[in-house]
Amino acid sequence: MARVSPLQAALALFVVLALVPPIALALHQPYYLTFLSRVMVFGLAALSLNLILGFGGMTSLGHAAFLGVGAYTVGILIQNGISNGFVHFGAAIVFGAIAALVIGAVCLRTGGLSFIMLTLASAQLLYFITTGLKQYGGDDGFSFRGRSDFGAWLSLSDDATLYWFILTWLALATLIVHRTVHSRFGLALRGIRSNEARIASVGLHAYRYKLAAFVLSGTICAIAGALLANVAQFVSPSYMHWSRSAELLLMVLLGGMASVLGPLGGAAVFMILEEGLGHLTTHWPLLMGLILVLVVLYARNGIAELAGGLRGRAGIVR
Amino acid sequence: MITPGLVLIQLLNGLQFGITLFLFTAGLTLVLGIMNFMNLAHASLYMVGAYYAVALGSWAGYFVAGVLLALPATYVTAMAVEWLVFKNLYQRHHLDQVLVTFGLIMIFNEAVRMIWGTAGLYVTVPEFLSGTVRLGAGALYPVYRVVIIVVGCAVAVGLYLVIRYSRIGMLVRAGADKPEMVEAVGIDIRSLFRAVVAFGAALAALAGALTGPLFSVEPGMGDSILILALVTIVIGGIGSIRGSFFAALIVGVVDAMGRTFLPKFFASYLAPPVADAMGPATGSVLIYLLMIGILLAKPEGLFPVKVR
Amino acid sequence: MIASSALPLPARMNEPGSGTSASSDATGADTAAVLSVRGLVKRYGGLVVTQGVDLDLRRGEVHALVGPNGAGKTTLLGQLTGDVRPDAGHIYFGNRDITALPVHRRARLGIGRSFQITSVFADLTVVENALLAVQAHAGQSFRFWQRALDDTRHLAEAQALLAHVGLAEQADRLAGSMSHGEHRQLEIAIALAGRPQVLLLDEPMAGMGIEDSAVLTRMLLAMKGTVSMLLVEHDMNAVFALADRISVLVYGQRIATGTPAEIRADPQVRFAYLGDAEFAS
Repeated sequence: MARVSPLQAALALFVVLALVPPIALALHQPYYLTFLSRVMVFGLAALSLNLILGFGGMTSLGHAAFLGVGAYTVGILIQNGISNGFVHFGAAIVFGAIAALVIGAVCLRTGGLSFIMLTLASAQLLYFITTGLKQYGGDDGFSFRGRSDFGAWLSLSDDATLYWFILTWLALATLIVHRTVHSRFGLALRGIRSNEARIASVGLHAYRYKLAAFVLSGTICAIAGALLANVAQFVSPSYMHWSRSAELLLMVLLGGMASVLGPLGGAAVFMILEEGLGHLTTHWPLLMGLILVLVVLYARNGIAELAGGLRGRAGIVR
Repeated sequence: MITPGLVLIQLLNGLQFGITLFLFTAGLTLVLGIMNFMNLAHASLYMVGAYYAVALGSWAGYFVAGVLLALPATYVTAMAVEWLVFKNLYQRHHLDQVLVTFGLIMIFNEAVRMIWGTAGLYVTVPEFLSGTVRLGAGALYPVYRVVIIVVGCAVAVGLYLVIRYSRIGMLVRAGADKPEMVEAVGIDIRSLFRAVVAFGAALAALAGALTGPLFSVEPGMGDSILILALVTIVIGGIGSIRGSFFAALIVGVVDAMGRTFLPKFFASYLAPPVADAMGPATGSVLIYLLMIGILLAKPEGLFPVKVR
Repeated sequence: MIASSALPLPARMNEPGSGTSASSDATGADTAAVLSVRGLVKRYGGLVVTQGVDLDLRRGEVHALVGPNGAGKTTLLGQLTGDVRPDAGHIYFGNRDITALPVHRRARLGIGRSFQITSVFADLTVVENALLAVQAHAGQSFRFWQRALDDTRHLAEAQALLAHVGLAEQADRLAGSMSHGEHRQLEIAIALAGRPQVLLLDEPMAGMGIEDSAVLTRMLLAMKGTVSMLLVEHDMNAVFALADRISVLVYGQRIATGTPAEIRADPQVRFAYLGDAEFAS
């Protein structure tokens, strides 16, 4: 069987994804549209996490914080009467970048376990701050009417349009992350992941590179958050709970950390499992946990490796 | 109204919570320091211990019996989990450990729901411990909480002595430092690790069993205390029992005092809606800020174990 | 410039800490020294690992640092690379006090190093290892768009470096999959990518078989003159083959410095190595 290049595979994937709305509507299954929209949103978040995790070697247990930042930015703006989409996404990007800069600047001063715990603490901080925002629903969060309004450009109130909007962001992010990973910066970042102790002796200050990757990653995740708010028309502190961050880690792992698009596959698998198991039994968390344990113990490199399709470069070495 | 009595009560609450937190954290930090193993499922063993205590207590008819029986029950459960799952993870990335133990949390939470229902179990403080004791400044404090503080301190002292002065303690410390050497001397390091995990779980079970009457025994009860335990470990120094002890007390007191007094503080200086919004959350926020601050100043924690 | 009290210059014969050198300024510093250490002290708890060491690395020379186990050679080297912070004393690179400079800044200045335990970027290919070092030296690692491997100029330089150390054939192999000797060669290539004036080598012959050692020794000999090298080494064959001068470190103190012949003849050195058997041949 002829080997397909990663580029061709990715293009094919995006074409297929783009065809979903008309098919779903023709089959009178609009639910799939919403479901796949969510899959792509979390896929985007997982993809952003993989930039720092798979390629940068930074295990962040607080990445969901950026989802929350993006989502709450949109939610709060809408709640206060601002529905302009450009403002929503512009603000989400700005706040996401600032949050990532601040959190990254603090957390990256350490490494290993301390880094994991600090990222966790940072996300918990944001979580608790949002639970305290009584006027925005506190613990329960709040739902709202309407989505980001881009005026004459496009109307996201139509689910299919929203779907393509998300797909576009996903494609854009894939391109950006792909170029970044293969660039000189990406080479340095992968070098840092491979052997951080060595990197200083070639004249590079690891902190700077890790922070830059962290900021890029957090910003993309905040965009995912803004998209999530649009899909769900609901925001709550649970978007930032540490179990959410763990789920993102899981999606990355399931999809394989060696490729840019692997995490999207991981998100799909996770969410399909969640849905599917949910239909099967009310005790689906048990099965989910079991699958998780077994996959991590025995199928470490995820579905990308199992599928054998995507070329895995720079695999994770213990 | 902030009275000396209120302050004293909150201080003691903080101590009580801190001691409980320490019992939970001790096992976690030991396993982290010795086997470099990040065990989130420790929260599940705490929960299981609390459930065992209530179930066994009602079967035996005595609260104390329940607490005591829960310890070996949890010990055995932990050994089984270690043998089935943990032992495959010691050589792996922390990421793998986090994910697997997270999966275990999901499994345990659901299992507990299946066996005992979603609402949890209800247990009350036994009669003979349910009085109050008079403190200075005219405050009354529940006897039971005092008992927890006393028991916790006794266990802490015992633990310290064992680790410092006993052969087992020496083995544990040696195993932390150079597992290959301990093996070369003929000790089965696998059994040692298993015992450490199980013992830590038993400590957590004690914490869970004792606090059952105070807080609800329900699915997922260990998850929030887990996060605080991680904060405690980081503040105290990974692998340091002594560090966990003092850090846990600090966290407990800051948490209790912060929750109670910060809202009042804010209320007197800020407009009511803002103060309302800020108060409760700020108590928790304070702990995280504390951790971040300490980590930045002293990355190895307050009482680091190894000097690298 | 350097304000120090009793500054021993590279000693002659058996008297460390005394004597003068032909080219020195008023403070007694060797002006041809590309790297100078003055009064370096390092303590770990109660143990003084580096006791007021003075050392000069002359331009173009190969200077070996030897001594019995526990002498503090690695710690001394660590202070020169920047991995270890001295408690007292100064390190000068030419005229510049680099004592407080972090590792990556020293590397940018032109101080390269190799590691005792082989340290390459195992997950990257061999050519990526070299390319990373070359691009880092060129200050171009913070670029996000163009593919790293499309950087033709630096890629050519990286490939030339690999050819120089004999790894041209292995360019596309994963660095982690090579033999120990090949790792060493790659390490030298990475270090050379930084166009260093000074190379600090931490036991380069460690773990090498006879053949590999010979290859590496030849490579280092070929670099003599263009790069000043300070190497910590136990393999005395390599030391005598390579070194212009040798300094002997015992219990954190430099007890002798001189040519190989001088050191071989030095009774203090023999005592330090052989203990009571002072006059054993």
